[in-house]
Amino acid sequence: MHRTGELYGQYKTLEQQKETATLGMWVFLVTEILFFGGMFLTYAINRHEYPTAFGVGGNMLDLNLGFANTVVLIASSFTMAMSVWSAQTSNKKLVPIFLIFTLILGIVFLGVKVVEYKQKFDHHLIPGHGFDITYCSKQPAAVCGISEEDHAKEITEIKEGIEADGGLVALNAHAQLYFSLYFGMTGLHALHMIVGAGLLVWLILESRKGRFDANYNTPVENIGLYWHFVDIVWIFLFPLLYLINRHLA
Amino acid sequence: MSGTTTSSGGEYQLPREHYLNASYGIRSWLLTTDHKRIALLYLAAVTFFFFVGGIFATLIRIHLLTPNGLLVTPETYNKLFTMHGVAMVFFFLIPSIPAILGNFLIPIMIGAKDLAFPKINLLSWYVYIIGGCFVLYSFGTGGLDTGWTFYTPLSSVYSNSAVTPAVIGIFINGFSSILTGLNFVVTVHTMRAPGMTWFRLPLFVWSHYATSLIMILGTPVIAITVLLAGLERIFHFGFFNPAYGGDPILFQHLFWFYSHPAVYIMILPAMGVVSEIIPTFVRKPIFGYSFVAASSIGIAVIGFLVWAHHMFVTGEATYAAIAFSFLSYLVAIPSAVKVFNWTATLYKGSISYDTPMLYALGFIGLFTIGGLTGLFLACLGLDIHLHDTYFVIAHFHYIMVGGAVMGYVGGLHFWWPKITGRLYPEFLARAAAIILFIGFNLTFFPQFILGGLGMPRRYHNYPPEFQVLNVMSTAGASILALGYLLPMLYLTWSMRYGKIAGPNPWPATGLEWKTDSPPLTENFRETPEVDWEPYDFVHRPDLGLTGSKPKLPGKLSPAHGDD
Repeated sequence: MHRTGELYGQYKTLEQQKETATLGMWVFLVTEILFFGGMFLTYAINRHEYPTAFGVGGNMLDLNLGFANTVVLIASSFTMAMSVWSAQTSNKKLVPIFLIFTLILGIVFLGVKVVEYKQKFDHHLIPGHGFDITYCSKQPAAVCGISEEDHAKEITEIKEGIEADGGLVALNAHAQLYFSLYFGMTGLHALHMIVGAGLLVWLILESRKGRFDANYNTPVENIGLYWHFVDIVWIFLFPLLYLINRHLA
Repeated sequence: MSGTTTSSGGEYQLPREHYLNASYGIRSWLLTTDHKRIALLYLAAVTFFFFVGGIFATLIRIHLLTPNGLLVTPETYNKLFTMHGVAMVFFFLIPSIPAILGNFLIPIMIGAKDLAFPKINLLSWYVYIIGGCFVLYSFGTGGLDTGWTFYTPLSSVYSNSAVTPAVIGIFINGFSSILTGLNFVVTVHTMRAPGMTWFRLPLFVWSHYATSLIMILGTPVIAITVLLAGLERIFHFGFFNPAYGGDPILFQHLFWFYSHPAVYIMILPAMGVVSEIIPTFVRKPIFGYSFVAASSIGIAVIGFLVWAHHMFVTGEATYAAIAFSFLSYLVAIPSAVKVFNWTATLYKGSISYDTPMLYALGFIGLFTIGGLTGLFLACLGLDIHLHDTYFVIAHFHYIMVGGAVMGYVGGLHFWWPKITGRLYPEFLARAAAIILFIGFNLTFFPQFILGGLGMPRRYHNYPPEFQVLNVMSTAGASILALGYLLPMLYLTWSMRYGKIAGPNPWPATGLEWKTDSPPLTENFRETPEVDWEPYDFVHRPDLGLTGSKPKLPGKLSPAHGDD
């Protein structure tokens, strides 16, 4: 890695070098859109096919945690944008500070995700032999940590779902499809967050040396682009997974 | 020997400094960021996988010598054709021309010192190797029996073979392709030398640009698709599993959304090679440069809209099938534009039949047969009869082997003097090209007939009346094998003992021929400026062609340096 904004051998000018790196990042993000695109397509087709089961599955998610995470991620995008701005305006001291905020918010997001995954595990919502969409409705409300009111709603919903989907076995299978997509999509997103967190650690270490200023800030800008992209993926995931057909708090 | 400037005595000398002797030792290769050395790393790895795939092909052909199968059990036969396909498609055909010739040539052709991202270029090789190791692990620990298409739920639920490591390997390998494509696109946009405008780019670069677009837009989709199939197998997720209400047809759609354009990843670079070879050995500018360039982009774009023609028998909607059939016919137009323009270039040209030209001419013929039989399969009614028969096998081998591999081997010969600084033995090379052509046709033409007669693909046995044609095919395969082994041997031999080539042995017009053979690590001593149009032999006194009038073949120098 180049220590300062020095010119790499294969380029003629710094402008060319910067232009190249930025174009490379945008092309990479295009490949990422197609990468996630395959999953979004699988989601869309199955949601269309099994609206009932997907509605039941979506209601099993914890809206509060999902919403909190959305706020956390948007805030992290703001601090990321601020660190890019700090670099562009040569506020060398501010760059690492904003980056550290971004990293902390990213880690908070991942922490909340761990809590949510653990919850799904406890509620028998991991696809596989132990999967049981009716688990929480068969237990007292306290076991799954939901209010009596929501618990009653859930019992009715599952009853209606079984009817609409043609039996418990079908509902359970299709809900498993929903949770396969939930774990696949949020898992892939979380993996991108982990990669992003790693990049941020490197960027924080570099920026503390005062490397990034108005003349040279390509890494901050490009990792910023990546971070915003991962945020935007979540902005799509949150409504698709948590909000459609939502009627439980 | 006439032509470009020579050192004293008329014999060429190797340049004192070049990329091969710039540094020594294993580290200088494994940690290199020089695009030319990375190309050679790819050459070694890709050749290895070609052999792995070739061994499986050999075993398949030996097995099919007799109606009941000569060699292996039905289960092993399933594994043989699967592993042949996986090794050849993902680890030989897709990286062959782009990652070897493209990597070596694109920066030189546009007058750059290297690709835009040399470290990412090296990374892509390591990613390829890691992916390859996973796949070899799968081959070695039980093999793979799903077909190279990995259709679910066979691959994700029922297969008892080592699908998981293979899927991981193909997932990883995809990123090698993505990184190469990304590197090429950015390089062509930002690294061109002064005067190298878009419409002065060699057609090889245009076709690689189109290829890279497919790599960028298609490969992520196959990556996520095999990842989903892998998750389904490992964690019992249910994306494509009917037991959970998942849709196996969706897997096929996603798979072919990449894997059909992937055919264009294989053939477009070969078309680029042919577009370079033909003008050189005809001594004429290519006919309709801008049409040939635009047809590459046209193939890339339309190629993304035809995938469901692989699925006519899955019960897809009639109107969808009609649309995909129509679009598949449409993709024939830019392909035909290329064939016609190459042929028109030959017209009244000063043709010399040097080895690369033999491969290029072979390519045109075989690609035309492969392309036209593709139209049979795009035809809704006919496809029902031909689907999953040997006709399909013959068709895509005419494209992939007759087209892509002929282009690859031809390109390897054409640029071998640039890569190594030495010429290969011309007589042997011409003989090998002819052997390869004969062997190829003898192997695969009988398969068209077998398919028409109804012999299904992927079966370990067949009715006795098909034996004659199968024996012909196996005989052809042995000739074909000789056609591949010969270049392996004499090209290796020529690296040390071949005649010194000089900078421009043909001579050809591209920028890559204006630098030393082999080139410097930085490619050029100073950044070249381009002030000539592509494939112009007339206004290029530096090529040393006497007379410089292409209509007088008698006065022209021989096309290569040593006869």
